[in-house]
Amino acid sequence: MKDFYNGILPENPVFRLLLGMCPVLAVTTAVANGFWMGMAVIFVLTCSNVIISAVRPFIPRQIRIPCFIVVIATFVTIVDLVMHAFLPGMYEILGIFIPLIVVNCIILARAEAFASRNPVPRAAADGLGMGVGFTVALVVIAAVRELLGTGNLVVAGRALFGAGLPIDPALVMILPPGAFITMGILLGALNLVGKKKE
Amino acid sequence: MEFVAIILGGVLINNFVFSRFLGICPFLGVSQKVETAMGMSMAVIFVMTVASAITWPVYHLLLDPLGIEYLRTVAFILVIASLVQFVEIVMQKVSPTLYQALGIYLPLITTNCAVLGAAILNVQAEYTFIQAVVNGLAAAVGWALAIVLFAGIRERLDLADVPRPLQGFPIALITTGLMSISFFGFQGLFKQLFVR
Repeated sequence: MKDFYNGILPENPVFRLLLGMCPVLAVTTAVANGFWMGMAVIFVLTCSNVIISAVRPFIPRQIRIPCFIVVIATFVTIVDLVMHAFLPGMYEILGIFIPLIVVNCIILARAEAFASRNPVPRAAADGLGMGVGFTVALVVIAAVRELLGTGNLVVAGRALFGAGLPIDPALVMILPPGAFITMGILLGALNLVGKKKE
Repeated sequence: MEFVAIILGGVLINNFVFSRFLGICPFLGVSQKVETAMGMSMAVIFVMTVASAITWPVYHLLLDPLGIEYLRTVAFILVIASLVQFVEIVMQKVSPTLYQALGIYLPLITTNCAVLGAAILNVQAEYTFIQAVVNGLAAAVGWALAIVLFAGIRERLDLADVPRPLQGFPIALITTGLMSISFFGFQGLFKQLFVR
C-alpha cells in the first residue's frame, strides 16, 4: 500500500522526479489525450515491473539494461497494437508517443531502481502507483492547457462548460510553447505550496 | 530543393525540442553549461545520423519483407542500444581523446527519445534511404542548436534574480517556452519559400 501511494504524491514521477517529460509536454493538449496516454503508461509500467521483478534472479547484472528494454518494448508493442485496433482516433493523436513509451525514463528508472530489487507484489504496487501518479499529472496539466487554450473542458465526449467560459481562449496554451510555460508555472506553484507547509 | 526542405524543416521549423517534444530529458538534464551541451550535441548528431542510416535497412529490408512490421519498436530500440555500445567501444580504441570528451554522454543517448523518434518518423514519412539520413542529421542538428542556445541562456540565468519557487527547473521550462515561441517565427519562412 505504501509503495502504491508513494508514486502518487511523495514521489510523483512528473512533478517530483521530473521523469518522462516528453509525453507529458506533447500529449497534454486535451484531457482525453492525457488520460489515455496515462492508461498506456500504467499498463506498460505495471506489467514490466511485475515481469522484471519475477525474472530478476535469472538476469546477469551486466546485461540487465538490454533485458529490461526488451521486456518493456514487448509491452509497448502490445499497447501499440491494441490501441491501433480499438482506439484508432486516439492512436492517431498520440502517434509517435506510443512507441516512444519504450524510452520513457520513468519505466526504465522504476525497473532499475525498484522492480529489480523487490518482490513481485511490491513491484506491482510501485508500478501501479507510479502509473497513476503519472496519469494524474498528465490530466492536471492537460486540464489547465485545455481550459485556457479552448475555454472549455471536454470529458468523455461532453463539454463541461456548455458553450464555453466567457474568456478569450489563448491559442498559445495548446501550442507547444504553452506546454513548457504551463509546466514551469505549475512546478513553481508546487514549490511555493511545499515551502509554506514546511 | 527537397533536401533543403527536409533540412530547414528538421532544424528550424519542426525542431525536435520546441515543436515535437523529443529529447526533453537530456535537454533539461545536460544544459547546465555550454561546454557539456556541446559535447552531448556532438554525440547526438553522430548517433542519430548513424541510427537513421541503420534503422532504414532494418525496416525496409528485414521487417517489411517478412511482414513483421509490428516488431519495429523492439527491433529499433535494440539496434540503437547496441549501436551506442558499439560506438562507445570503437571510439575508445580509435580516438581516446574523442572518447574522453563524449564518453560520459554516450550511454545516456540510448534513452534519448529523439533518436528512436527520428528512426520512427523516418519510417512514417516513407523517406528513401538518403532522405532518411539527411532527416536524421537535420533533426539532430536542430536538437543541438536548441540545447546549445538554451545552455547559453541558462548560464546567464544562474546570475539572474529569479523568485525562489521558480528557481531551477520551473524557470528553465518557462525559458524553453519563450524560445519555442520565437522558433514559431520560422513557420512563416517555410511558407515564403515553398508554398507560394
